[in-house]
Amino acid sequence: MRDLTAYDIQTLIVAARWTLLLALISFTGGAIGGLVLAGLRMSRFAPLRLLAGLYVAVFQGTPLLLQLFLCFFGLSLLGIEVSALGAAAFAMICNSSAFLGEIWRGSIAAIPKAQWEGAVSLGLSRPQQFVFVIAPQALRIALPPTVNYMVQIVKNTALASIIGFYELSKMGSVLNNITFSPLAIFGAVALIYFFICFSLTTASRRLEVKLHERG
Amino acid sequence: MNAVELHEVCKTYGDTAVLNGVSLVARKGSVIAIIGRSGSGKSTMLRCVNGLETIQSGRIDVAGHRIGDGRTNLRMLRQKVGIVFQGYNLFPHYDVLNNVTLALRLVKKISRTEAEEIAARVLGQVGLAEKLRARPSELSGGQQQRVAIARSLAMAPEIMLFDEVTSALDPELTGEVLKVLADLAGSGMTMLLVTHEMAFAQNIATEVVFMHGGKIWESGPPSQLFANPQTAELRKFISQ
Ligand SMILES: Nc1ncnc2c1ncn2[C@@H]1O[C@H](COP(=O)(O)OP(=O)(O)OP(=O)(O)O)[C@@H](O)[C@H]1O
Ligand SMILES: [Mg+2]
Repeated sequence: MRDLTAYDIQTLIVAARWTLLLALISFTGGAIGGLVLAGLRMSRFAPLRLLAGLYVAVFQGTPLLLQLFLCFFGLSLLGIEVSALGAAAFAMICNSSAFLGEIWRGSIAAIPKAQWEGAVSLGLSRPQQFVFVIAPQALRIALPPTVNYMVQIVKNTALASIIGFYELSKMGSVLNNITFSPLAIFGAVALIYFFICFSLTTASRRLEVKLHERG
Repeated sequence: MNAVELHEVCKTYGDTAVLNGVSLVARKGSVIAIIGRSGSGKSTMLRCVNGLETIQSGRIDVAGHRIGDGRTNLRMLRQKVGIVFQGYNLFPHYDVLNNVTLALRLVKKISRTEAEEIAARVLGQVGLAEKLRARPSELSGGQQQRVAIARSLAMAPEIMLFDEVTSALDPELTGEVLKVLADLAGSGMTMLLVTHEMAFAQNIATEVVFMHGGKIWESGPPSQLFANPQTAELRKFISQ
C-alpha cells in the first residue's frame, strides 16, 4: 500500500489511450462490417439475406463478454496466438458490425420507396440511386443512433479488461489494489469515460444541427 | 408512328390479376387520358410502360424499345419516358435546381453549366424560374408538382406519363398544374395521364380510355365517350 499521487492520475490518462484505441478500431472495423452486412441484408439473393440475418441474430443475441472469451481462448485453442488487444478488437469488430449493420439497414429502409422510384425513373443506375438519393437522407436518420452506439462501444471496451487488456478500467483496478483509494480512483476513471462519451454526443449534436440547417 | 403500343399485357401480383390483357396504342403527339375507379389497374398500366413493374405476358413497345422480352435496356428507355407521380417524389435534400440537374449530370453526363441552363429553361416553362434555390419543403404542393414535371421535362423525353398528378393538391392549386399539362399537350408531347379531372380530360385528351377490372373497357375520343357511353360500367362511372 502507498498513497495516491498525481502520477497515478497520469497513468490513468495514459491507459485511457488504450481504451480510445480499442474503441476506434472497433468502430472503424464495425463500420466496414456494418456496411457490408446492411448491403447483404438488402440483397436480392435470399441466401445472402438469410446468412447476414443469422450473423446479426447471433451477435446481438449473445453477451459481448462471451464473445470476448470465445475469441481470446478459442483462438489460442486453435493454435492462433493473439494478444489481448487483438482478441478484444476482433470480438468487438464482429459485435459492432452486427449492431451498426442493423442501425444502417433500418435507416435505409426508412426512406420511402417513392424516393427510389423517383431516382430510377430518371434513369439513375442502382449505385447512383443509393449514393445520390438514398444515402444522404439515410445518413441523417442514422446519425443519432450511430453516435449512441459509439458511446456504447466506448463503455464496452471496459469488458476487455477481463481478458487482461490494460485499458482504463483495468488500470483503475490495478491502481486501486496498490493505493486502496477506490473512491478517488474509480471516480477519476468514471470521469474520463464521461469526458470521452460527452465529447462524442456534443460533437454529434453539432453535426445534427448543421445537417438540419442544410435542410 | 406509334409512340406507345401495349399488346395483350397481363400483370399479376401473386394470385391476383391486375391487368388482364390490356391493348392500347398511343400515336405520337396524342394525349391519352386514363380514367376508371380505384383499383382498376390505371397506375399499374402506367408503371409498366416505363418498366417500374414487370409484366407476366404480352408486350409493350415504347419509343422503339420492347418491354417484356427481358432484354430491354430500361435505363435507356427511362431517358425517353418521363413519369410524374401523385406524391411528386422530389429529393428533399436537394434544392430545386439540383433536383432538376441531378439526372442530367449523372445519366446524360451533361456539364453543370449546361445542365443549369436546361434547368432554367424547363423551370421557366412551368413558371418557377425564381425558385431555383428553394428546397422542396419550402414550396407549395402545386409548386412541388411543377418542379417534378420540370425535372422530367429536362431529360427531353419523347413520352410523358402522369399518374394522378393533381390528386394530392388542394383544389385551388390543381389549376396551375393542369395549365402546365395543357401547355405541354399543346406543344405536341405524347402523354398518357391517369386523372380524375373529367372536365380536363374532356378538354385536352385526344383519346379517353376507361379501365375496369384490369381491362380497357371502353375507349374513344372524349366527345364521343362522355356523351355516348356504350357500357353500363362507364355510364355508372360518369354519373358519379
Ligand atoms: N404492390 C402490389 N402488391 C399487390 N397488389 C397490388 C400492388 N399494387 C397494386 N396492387 C393491386 O392492383 C390493383 C390495381 O392497382 P392500381 O394501383 O393499378 O389501381 P388504380 O387504378 O391506379 O387505383 P387508384 O385510382 O386507387 O390509384 C389493386 O387492386 C391493387 O390492390
Ligand atoms: Mg393509381
